[in-house]
Amino acid sequence: MLQLENLFYHYPKSKTVLDSVSLTFSEGNIYGLFGKNGEGKSTLMKIMAGLLFPKSGQCTTLGQHTAKRSASGLQNLFLVPEDFELPNLTIGTYEKVHSPFYPAFSKNQFYELIQEFKLHPREKITRLSFGQKKKVLIAFGIATHTKLLLLDEPTNGLDIPSKSQFRKIMASAVDQGRSIIISTHQVRDLHSLINHVVILDNCKVVFDHSLSKVSENLWFGRASDMAKEAILYTETSFGGKAVMRRSDRPETEVDLELLFNAVLNNPKGIQLALEQTYHGV
Amino acid sequence: MDFDNSKPIYLQIVDFFYENILMKKWLENERIPSVRELAMMVEVNPNTAIRAFNHLQELGVIHNKRGIGYFVSEDGHQKVMAIKKGEFMEVILPDVFKKMKMLDVEFEEVKNTYDKYINETDHENK
Repeated sequence: MLQLENLFYHYPKSKTVLDSVSLTFSEGNIYGLFGKNGEGKSTLMKIMAGLLFPKSGQCTTLGQHTAKRSASGLQNLFLVPEDFELPNLTIGTYEKVHSPFYPAFSKNQFYELIQEFKLHPREKITRLSFGQKKKVLIAFGIATHTKLLLLDEPTNGLDIPSKSQFRKIMASAVDQGRSIIISTHQVRDLHSLINHVVILDNCKVVFDHSLSKVSENLWFGRASDMAKEAILYTETSFGGKAVMRRSDRPETEVDLELLFNAVLNNPKGIQLALEQTYHGV
Repeated sequence: MDFDNSKPIYLQIVDFFYENILMKKWLENERIPSVRELAMMVEVNPNTAIRAFNHLQELGVIHNKRGIGYFVSEDGHQKVMAIKKGEFMEVILPDVFKKMKMLDVEFEEVKNTYDKYINETDHENK
């Protein structure tokens, strides 16, 4: 669906932001894109949306170069940016003006989502709060039914009940023909939705695995008296949790925050533990 | 739904099914929510929900009628009872025994407390 090959990027007169990034995103998945502040998550999102062009390497969506911004390519792609400005229109007018660009757009779904987010089609977008504007854009993005939906920090600015609504809505938005990529720091808001994790660190991809693979090979929990040699990463605080090789221990749920810290601290150890199954060990 | 981190989410969803079946919220031969509906209900990725459905189907607790949806099996309630009883015997009891040994609790003491509990609840039910 979306392919990145050996991408390099840097902003004018500034150091490298992305260094030899190669990734493949396929349909039916919700990808979580993680990384510390300033590690190039948003830059990568913009490249995937065709808003920035890679200095070298390729970004292709459904076989077309994203940077060409062809109409047929753009019909199949929607980005909800972290920061945005929306025109001074009512929600209803906004939909009428923008939806014709997306052939698969579902008006019904859009207005259902708007209602679910406790908004009204006659409200002026400029009078809404930041969180409410974000809801308009999220609802619009989901209703476009584009093959590729990119969400940059979607839960920033959403109030507590809206986060649960957002998860419900995202759970309903995945279908087998669609690929959703969410970049976020709010791991707790989204961990039950994501089924594939990509981590960027020092401009490079340091982790790219499905969560089923992670839970097959890694064990998350309190270390206590467990075999020390199996520990891949442990929190230093009292009663801190640890990541270990799973071996024959029962499956645990993947703790994304712990996984993130473990990958940044011990990338090689984690990588090795995940690769072992390839050789049937 | 709130998930804890000790157990895979799909198994926590399986427990959610068990609870509904045991409490007779979902009756035998009755249609239960679809994968998509369930995923929305508990706010998870539909792929995770599918895993729970497959697990329950393998155990024979639910079955799929092509084109209609998932149903609680004829003997679904009975099966869940057996599964939960097995869990109690093999997981919960050994844990209790371990604590009993550690704290020097005699079986007689447990029996007395148990009898008292049964008496009281019977009384309440009358």
